[in-house]
Formats: sequence, structure tokens, C-alpha cells
Amino acid sequence: MNHTEPFVFYTERRLVALTGQQASNLGQLLGNLHDVPGSSIFYHTHHMYLSHHFETPAFSNDFALWVSEALQEGALGEKLAAIDLLSFTSIRELREAIVATIEQQIGEDGRRLRECPPGDELHFCRSKSFIMPTGLIARDPKEFFEVLPKVTNVSLFFHFFEARLRLGRPTNDFSQWLAWRGEEILAKSIDALDPYSMTLDEFKERIIALSGNRG
Amino acid sequence: MAIRLADYEEIVGREVIQEMHVLAERVKSRRLQNINSTPVGGGVAEILTRMIPLLRELGIEATWDVIKGDQAFFNVTKAFHNALHGKKEDVTDEMLEVFRATTEANLREMNISGDIVLVHDPQPAGLVDRKREIGRQWIWRCHIDVSAPDARVWEFLRPYVEQYDAAIFSMPDFAQRLPISQYMVAPSIDPLADKNVELTPAFITQVLEKYHLNPERPIITQISRFDRLKDPLGVIAAYKMVKRRHDCQLVLAGGGASDDPEGEEVLREVEQQAADDRDIHILLLPPFSDLEINALVRGSTVVFQKSIKEGFGLTVSEALWKRKPVIGGAVGGIKLQVINGVTGFLVHSPEGAAKRLVQLLGDRTLRARLGDNGYQHVKQNFLLTRHVKDYMLVMLALDHPVEDIVHLG
Repeated sequence: MNHTEPFVFYTERRLVALTGQQASNLGQLLGNLHDVPGSSIFYHTHHMYLSHHFETPAFSNDFALWVSEALQEGALGEKLAAIDLLSFTSIRELREAIVATIEQQIGEDGRRLRECPPGDELHFCRSKSFIMPTGLIARDPKEFFEVLPKVTNVSLFFHFFEARLRLGRPTNDFSQWLAWRGEEILAKSIDALDPYSMTLDEFKERIIALSGNRG
Repeated sequence: MAIRLADYEEIVGREVIQEMHVLAERVKSRRLQNINSTPVGGGVAEILTRMIPLLRELGIEATWDVIKGDQAFFNVTKAFHNALHGKKEDVTDEMLEVFRATTEANLREMNISGDIVLVHDPQPAGLVDRKREIGRQWIWRCHIDVSAPDARVWEFLRPYVEQYDAAIFSMPDFAQRLPISQYMVAPSIDPLADKNVELTPAFITQVLEKYHLNPERPIITQISRFDRLKDPLGVIAAYKMVKRRHDCQLVLAGGGASDDPEGEEVLREVEQQAADDRDIHILLLPPFSDLEINALVRGSTVVFQKSIKEGFGLTVSEALWKRKPVIGGAVGGIKLQVINGVTGFLVHSPEGAAKRLVQLLGDRTLRARLGDNGYQHVKQNFLLTRHVKDYMLVMLALDHPVEDIVHLG
């Protein structure tokens, strides 16, 4: 994608790969967090947005959920759930933030590390994503918003979550391209939305609604 | 009449079917040979019977071969199956020899015709020995729960498994430490199978009345074998706690005939517990009762799957697909299907189950919300079409074993 090219809507097909690594306490969780691939961090912080698309996310990332439910570490679970995924533009930074949160908690209370009940271990998975064009393109912002209703949730997921965190782009693809096309205000408004706080359907509606404010 | 992709389009939407065609375009140049151990009976044969025609309709040359074995071989593989499930089995050197000899006999006879050979479960796993000679791409699809396998049997199988290009497991919990790629492909239900098709209200009522159930009063159902791990006694205990103040009927329906002596004992205990309550219905259904099971679930108010241990537990998806809230034991694959408070409730005890049952019986709106979410969850994640799509992705992944992001132009 560059300044002059049309916007090409991509989509992805996702396969869940398994690492064979697992954790039954905070020490093992930390150890694995250091050395699992970035695609594993991405999977455990994002897979629910695609697989549970039907309800406004009341859930949080897998690490927070596992720490709260399997380890009964409520305070740490809340801290992990509060990590603002939008404030990171790389998996490396996100991984460091998760690790730092856990290390701080272990350092603070210094208790013996609690084991989860057998069968409740956290199993590390990875996202393996196959990226391909959808066939939809937009040559200008007007066309962009005409096409948008046809764009699927998975495509949206790719341009907002994958592109930013895994492909290292500074913002989501929509905002970047719209800014290049002179739609800075709209680009900023879209960038200000929090896709983590709503379903992908709602998110798409919000973007389309914002386009109604164009001059 | 053969079921076609178009029949699924009405259910899953055009977009999903189109996506399957897009993927098929990228893999259809390769022949996919499935190999398992039985042409009929059992979950694997059931899935392949449905899946092969769909793959062919997508343009993939999919075939299905079955290995041969005598009773001694299948006794060995049954023992393997139990041992991989974590049950204590006395596996002798002679048994391992029977496995090796049958594998060799099949290798002599079977024509490995696929560019990709998809081998299902442990029985035919040894066929991969042919890979050294003929190459091709080999995938081992393990359908069974290997979260805590018996070490002797797993170590015997490991050298075979490690020769494959990739292994597929049904849940993250089943993953192993292996030097090959491992993928998760969850099992699926077929929305067009008798167990899941839409039924008319008249037929549902007819089935309920046949079993002396009153359609006007709440019905709580658990469909499962009479097996301690499915905790039918826990279900009755929960029902009795609720029944003191809330009117309801309980259905425990499972297969009748069983060669498992423990199953007989559990059934006797269940019958004793139910003896003094006319609202508890123990139904021993003969094989091929899928339409009736379907009707019982559709006629239910709440469905239980209160297992203490569970592999995947597809009965949960079968209930969610019918928009029934599910109260499930927080074990195994039930945790992937019941999202607590979203598609049902996860519980750890009869008391927990009773509390959630009271909540659901008293709140029609909550039941409807969880039921709708459950339907969407299954539609997105546990239907046959998703299963076919995942197999095509694994076929694609064979050419990209290392990359996490694969760009397909």
C-alpha cells in the first residue's frame, strides 16, 4: 500500500497451530511468554474477537482469563485484562508489557506460585494466517465507503488488528490510506475508535456512520 | 439424495461457501487420500462420509481407503485407544508385534495414490513408513483425546508420528512435544444430519408425548452414555435440588445396549435414584434414533452436559445449534463450546448446576440470549463447512511450515 495506489481490501484465513508448550503456574507462564513466537502472543490476545464475534466483548485476553480462573489470581488477572492493546504497535512491545505486569506482581507478593487444577493448564497456540485479496478495491474515499458495507469481519480484523500489530504499521490501514487521500479528520476519527470494546459488526457500523460526517 | 454444498449455503451463508471455493482453487491440484480403519460406524467414518463428497464438489480429488485387520489387530488398537485416553491397559510386546505385522501387510496391499495422505487415528498410523520410499506429504489426524496418554503406547507410536509432515489434534490440550507442525482442527457437527436438521413443532411434540413428557412443562435433558464420567447421578442430584421449588421434568437419554459392565452398574444406580420420581425419564434409545434425539433436545428448556471428564463433547454443540442454553461441566472441549455466561454456564458441582438451572428456568430472556449466542458460536466455529475449510488450510500450510503469515497473491 502506498500514497497513490487504490485501497485493496485483504482478508485472511486463520489456522490455529499448536506449540506443545503449556503452563500450570505463573513461573511457567512467564517462561513460555519469553520464548513462544509472536504469533502465539497475538493469538492469545486476539482470537476471541473473531471466534466470539456475536457478543460485545465482556471477555479479555486468554492470559488474564487463565490467571483469574485457573490460578484464582484475581488482582493479576485484572491487571492483565487492563492492558490496552491499542497502545502497542508491535507484538514485541505487547509481550514486554504482559511479562512486566506478571513479574511485578510476583515481585510484590513473593508468595509460593499457585498451581492450576489438573486439566486447566494453559496451552500455547499460534495464529497461522493466510492473507489474500478479497477482490474489492477503492480508488478514492467515496468508493471506499461505498465498498465498505461489503467488507467482511475477517477483512476488518486483518486491516485493524493484524496489519497494525503483526505487520508493524503505525496505525490501522483504513486511517493511513484515508489520510494519504486528504481525509485527515476522518482518518483520526477512525483511529480514535476502540475496536476492542465492541463486536466487529458494531465496529463496521461505527466506521460507516463516521463517513456520514464527511464534508 | 446426495447432499451438496448448495444445501449448506442456506445455513452458513454464501460468503462461507465462496470462501471454500477460493481455498479449493489453491489446493485442488493435489489428490487427497484419506485412510482410516473402518468404512462405517464411529465418528471418523461419519465425518468422512459427509466430507468426501463436499471436497470432490470443490474440485479436490479426495479418496478414502480403509486398512484391513483381523480381530487380534483391532483388539490391540482398542487397547491403544484406551491407553491413549489415559486408561491403564496391559500392552504386551506381542500386541505391539501384531500392530507392526498388520501395518506391514497393509503397506504391501495398499496403493498410496494421494499427493497428500491424510491418515486418521492410530490404527493406520504406521503406514507412514512408506514415506521414506515414495515421499509425498503426510498428515496424521488424531481424533482422540491424548491429553494424558499412557507413556508406553505413546512412545511406541511417536516414531511413526514424527515421520509425518504435520499432525492435527482436536484441542490445544491434546498437543504434544513433537518436532513436526501441529495444528488444531476442532471437530464439527453436520447441520443437515438427522441429529441436527430442523424439525416441525408437530414432530417434536409427537416425540415428547411418545416418551410421556409434557411439552407444556420445562424439560431438562442430558444426552449421553450411562457412564460415570458423564455424571448422570450428579445431574439427578442437581435436578432434585431444583425440583423442590421449581416444576420441571428430567430426561436422561443414552444408548441402551452396552458391553461395558460399569455402564450397566451406573444405569442401575441411575434407575434407583429415579425410581420415586415420575418426572425423571430414563430413555434407552436404540441405534438410529437421531431424529428422536434431535426432537428431545429441541423440545428441551435447558440442556445439561455435566461431564467430569470429556474429550470434546460434541453433544454440547448439538444443543447450542438448537438454541438451547447448556449447563456444562468445566472440562475438556466443553470449555470451548460453553462460554460462561455467553452461551451457557460452566459448573463444577451438582450444587453449581442447580443454581444455574434455577436461574435459567426463571429467566426466559436469558435463555433466549444464551440460545442465540450458542447458535452463532456453533455456526462460526463448529459446523462441517468450517471443518472442510480447515483441512484445506492444513493442505496449504504443508507448503509453508515455518511462516506465521503467508501472503497468497
